[in-house]
Amino acid sequence: MITLKKIVKNAFLTIAAFFICGHAAMAAIAIEHWTQPSGAQVFLVQNHAIPMLDVQLDFDAGSRRDPANQAGLASVTASLSGMGVLANPSRGEPALDENALGEAWADLGASFGGHASSDRMSFALRSLTYPELLGKAVDLAARQLAEPAFPEDIWQRERETMIAALKEANTRPATVAQRAFDQAVFGSHPYGYEMTEDSLKRIEVGHMAAFYRQLIQPCRAKVTLVGAINRSQADAMVTQLLARLPAEAKAAACPALPEVAEVAPLAKASEQRIAFDSAQAHVLLGQPGYKRDDPDYFALLVGNYILGGGGFVSRLTNEVREKRGLSYSVYSYFSPGLHAGAFTIGLQTRPDQADQALQVSREVLSRFVADGPTQAELQAAKDNLIGGFALRLDSNRKLLDNVANIAWSALPLDYLDHWTQHVQQITVADIKAAFQRKLQPGKMATVVLGGASAAR
Amino acid sequence: MKHKAPSFLLHVLSRFGAASLLWATLATVNAQVPSSAESPPVQAQQFTLANGMALIVKPDRRAPTAVHMLWLRVGSMDEVDGSSGVAHVLEHMMFKGTPTVPAGEFSRRVAALGGRENAFTSQDYTGYYQQIPAARLADVMQLEADRFAHNQWPDEEFQKELEVVKEERRMRTEDNPRALMNEALNAAVFVASPYRRPIVGWMSDLDALKPDDVRTFYQRWYVPANAAVVVAGDVDVDEVRRLAEKYYGRLPNRALPERKPRDEPEQSGLKRIAFKAPAEQAMVTLAFKVPSFRSFEGGQDETDALALTVLSAVLDGYSGARLERALTQGPNRVADSAGADNGLWGRGPQLFTLSGVPARGKTTQQVEAALREQVARIANEGVSEAELARVKTQWVASAVYKLDSVFNQARELGTSWVQGQPLDANERLIERLRAVTADQVKAVAGKYFGDDQLTVAQLLPQPLNKERKPRTTLAGARH
Repeated sequence: MITLKKIVKNAFLTIAAFFICGHAAMAAIAIEHWTQPSGAQVFLVQNHAIPMLDVQLDFDAGSRRDPANQAGLASVTASLSGMGVLANPSRGEPALDENALGEAWADLGASFGGHASSDRMSFALRSLTYPELLGKAVDLAARQLAEPAFPEDIWQRERETMIAALKEANTRPATVAQRAFDQAVFGSHPYGYEMTEDSLKRIEVGHMAAFYRQLIQPCRAKVTLVGAINRSQADAMVTQLLARLPAEAKAAACPALPEVAEVAPLAKASEQRIAFDSAQAHVLLGQPGYKRDDPDYFALLVGNYILGGGGFVSRLTNEVREKRGLSYSVYSYFSPGLHAGAFTIGLQTRPDQADQALQVSREVLSRFVADGPTQAELQAAKDNLIGGFALRLDSNRKLLDNVANIAWSALPLDYLDHWTQHVQQITVADIKAAFQRKLQPGKMATVVLGGASAAR
Repeated sequence: MKHKAPSFLLHVLSRFGAASLLWATLATVNAQVPSSAESPPVQAQQFTLANGMALIVKPDRRAPTAVHMLWLRVGSMDEVDGSSGVAHVLEHMMFKGTPTVPAGEFSRRVAALGGRENAFTSQDYTGYYQQIPAARLADVMQLEADRFAHNQWPDEEFQKELEVVKEERRMRTEDNPRALMNEALNAAVFVASPYRRPIVGWMSDLDALKPDDVRTFYQRWYVPANAAVVVAGDVDVDEVRRLAEKYYGRLPNRALPERKPRDEPEQSGLKRIAFKAPAEQAMVTLAFKVPSFRSFEGGQDETDALALTVLSAVLDGYSGARLERALTQGPNRVADSAGADNGLWGRGPQLFTLSGVPARGKTTQQVEAALREQVARIANEGVSEAELARVKTQWVASAVYKLDSVFNQARELGTSWVQGQPLDANERLIERLRAVTADQVKAVAGKYFGDDQLTVAQLLPQPLNKERKPRTTLAGARH
């Protein structure tokens, strides 16, 4: 049997050989894409420099599909799916409890697990690519993906632990402020659902199993692979990964899932002052932003870099931190998804300075929306975004994120090859127009938690 | 693979919020699981520049990017009482200009080059970095060398930035009960060692800090013989060496100040602190003084330090390891979470920590007893070969995975240099860890976990007073 020590020696030989051959140019990212008979869509980037492989499987099973009274269902389903697998007598496989599973992954030097974000439930596999190890890792991942046990006793324990952690989190100013903000921005939309003690108590393992069975199917899978495998290996591996999931008879028969409503725009401004005993006030300001498929995407990306995204050089950092010393951290961001995620400006400051910091932030925002950036700011943003493009792709991990994003958002396969051109084409007028279409400074939600003038 | 929570001892501050958690986490993972096994693909090379400055270059040509780091062998442990936090404030002030590059301009130029940048301060070191397209290396070297030699700013810039640093302290420490408790624990564990002070500094020291305190600290410690440049990525070693001589090697050298040893006296009895803070969950942390791994030529202390790291991995190195199984599972579980960590190495004294959050209805005393019972079990019964093999397998695999990040490779080289370790320290460390036997793990479990070297901190949750006036309103009066 090949030992890990040998494996690692081989690993370094492989890399040494690669280095002698010279390095891959950043010219074009070759994404290979095909659809399997099951309906699963596969996206592959071969990268043979290191004997490792990352696989991400994405499903339309994020928390936006949580039932209104069971906020957290997607999240706990993903997490519980890694805490034990069922026995499979026909294959002669005994059940594995959470510890047996943890040991099995540790013994392979590999990892596999699921988590849910707003839009997706994602499963990530990382393994070395030596056939002996990789084969076993894919086997185990396929089993865990298809036959999670959702054990009742483990859920009782996890629920208790989560409730305790929620109560602890609710003593922290950042958590309380964010919750109030999400409520104000999203209202009744699932993006604003709050996982609570009550919502967790309404979730039982049967709900998880049903949620999982309905949504985790081969025909719904978007599978992204980055690492040291070729196309035929990747195809066989994805087939194997999904083989144990219950499949629809025909890919085309994969039924459409219910639509999820869009986020409603805010009708008017709101402002919440929340009393809180903390060393800092937390200030949040924002509104629903835009969807990932919005044609203004690049104008908003570049514009937000200038407004509050670009590290030490953004307008917000300059005005709030550099000029006035009001906050360690101040930022703005959009979070586009299948629905309009929030546009958020955030900062923390000594309570007696909260009003001043809020006022400065509002002025920066209003001016930016009214006038757009200067030509010089736009050029500086382009210099950074275009000049630093390679930094977005210089590891397998970063490539995986980018390619999975292309897969999930149905972007063209040559999206990354044209990314810098898209940025280059943006004008001051584009940004101004896009921000005016998307942001209404007069109708934003404001949360000030812990400020000196907090309401009783 | 299991990722452990940051340990308070390896806490690292960085200049910008988002990256800081990452840094703290990485610092722990590094001490816990050092670098690649066997010989790496293209060896890093180390040179000494004309003025005594170190240069370390690690080519990795997978992508046309590079990372450039400047490391200083000076951190919060080099401060003295009354001016705690000065190393970190200086790190902030390094962005505030030179005679040729005005305040803010450094960051603007790095951004214009397509770069990303930040800086970090720990107990042991201070570092500055830029990630850039490889073709821009000379530009950032020139900028970094300029501020390393010529950092200069007016007092007003200092006053504003000091307020930013105080906000950082409020955010990281004052509104975080566990961070506050760890700060108090550190101050209780160490008597003479400068590790007893928080990296960010005590608030009253920050209030009292003067611009010249920072300038003096800079003059004393930012000298070529106390610095290393680390470059990794798509670079040519000879070319980097030429650039480094050009930008850094010509800077005048100065004598390094004397470092007082400030050795920690031997602890001779249990210490306990009770810490009250607004919180829902209690917590307990046990800190045992243990030997530090100082040298590959070392003796029993080094052997024990390695065995302690294996012990911490057997206790808490993977999902379903001993602490999780014994404390957080089953009908009589005592904890919601439990962890173990061995410091292993650093410029100052090292600790082995055990910690846990009690489950509902359980007490910190029960968690404390359960944590110690798990160590005692290993002292009595030893560990299985399967457990030993498992934690070693994870290290070997992680040595391959970490090749994916050029940034982390540079970081490991910098931390090894700070400690005076050889370039291949992380590879050699994994070899040594793999050689640790079950008997050695059993032996250290019996040797270092008595009461005399132990400090226990207990977090006593207090109700949050939502009606109370904000605590620090008065601090504003100073401004």
